[in-house]
Amino acid sequence: MSYSVPDIPGEEQPEEIGTSGEAGGSWPLWEVFVRQRRGLSHVHAGSLHAPDAETAIQNARDVYTRRVEGVSIWLVRSDQIHASKPEDAEAFFDSIEKPYRQATYYEIPDEVGQM
Amino acid sequence: MSVFGYLIRHADDNLILSHRLSEWVSRGPELEEDIALANIALDHLGVARALYGYASEVEGMGRHEDDIAMLRTEREYTNLLLTEQPNGDFAQTMVRQALVDAYQLSLWEALSTSTDTTLGGIAAKALKEARYHFRHSSLWLVRLGDGTDESHMRAQKALNKLWRYVPELFESDATDREMVEAGVGADPAAFRPAWDDRIQSTVLTATLDLPDDIPGRSGGRQGFHTEYLGHILAELQWMQRTYPGARW
Repeated sequence: MSYSVPDIPGEEQPEEIGTSGEAGGSWPLWEVFVRQRRGLSHVHAGSLHAPDAETAIQNARDVYTRRVEGVSIWLVRSDQIHASKPEDAEAFFDSIEKPYRQATYYEIPDEVGQM
Repeated sequence: MSVFGYLIRHADDNLILSHRLSEWVSRGPELEEDIALANIALDHLGVARALYGYASEVEGMGRHEDDIAMLRTEREYTNLLLTEQPNGDFAQTMVRQALVDAYQLSLWEALSTSTDTTLGGIAAKALKEARYHFRHSSLWLVRLGDGTDESHMRAQKALNKLWRYVPELFESDATDREMVEAGVGADPAAFRPAWDDRIQSTVLTATLDLPDDIPGRSGGRQGFHTEYLGHILAELQWMQRTYPGARW
């Protein structure tokens, strides 16, 4: 189970996923999201190879929920995920200069009491 | 004693099938499928253990479940011939599994209402697993049958080859009749209609041909086996026989 979806700075691009050919590339890659409990969001658990969606869900059950880890599984074809680019990192995530965007920037007056 | 025999035959089905599936470990066509086959093998082993354990209790002679599972001779195993058939290629393993799963679905469903509550409990747990097993095997049968020319050919060949072991699944013998009368067991003949529904619809979806009914081979329940069981037992038992009572 290789792991190749999100672009991470410095990481090489994964080879294109084919429908035939070399080992590991014979089935498309799927990302597995498991909801642990009712009320929680689906969380990325990992990835796996499967020929189609139905088989992917069956495989996810074997690989990621066999110890009763969840109540629901989502599967997404890895090549259907759009990720931000490493070069966008500065524009997207760099807000160090804007501390007023953090809740901790503000002091709460004593009169407000418990929030 | 016939309760003992009844428990043992179903335990043997699961032990032998589990061993066959475990032969795939590290040889699966894909990592994910390797894990699935090992999971299913362990499910069957779990059912076998529960049944052997209970059988040892019923027998009341102080034999441990391992003694019953590992130290009998070939003639004393009463598993269905289908369960001991070789893995062959992946198609043959999946066809064998689908045929057995469809049978066990009916078996566990019937036994979950057994008047023997211990057996009923084991069956209820096994039924949940069997639903997943059949989902897995029937899904593969459809993909192999309705896949490439090669996979279709292999699936059809496996179906034709294993079809002769199907009638045995539904044979009733004296033990079955006695257990049905006691409310403990179920009549295998009654499983056939549901089995036909499950297998026929899967085979049709898989664009495969249902083989013609052919004279079946049977004898497993009486301890008459195909040539394969002896080899399985040699591999299963050598450790217990070489180092009696060995523990991890």
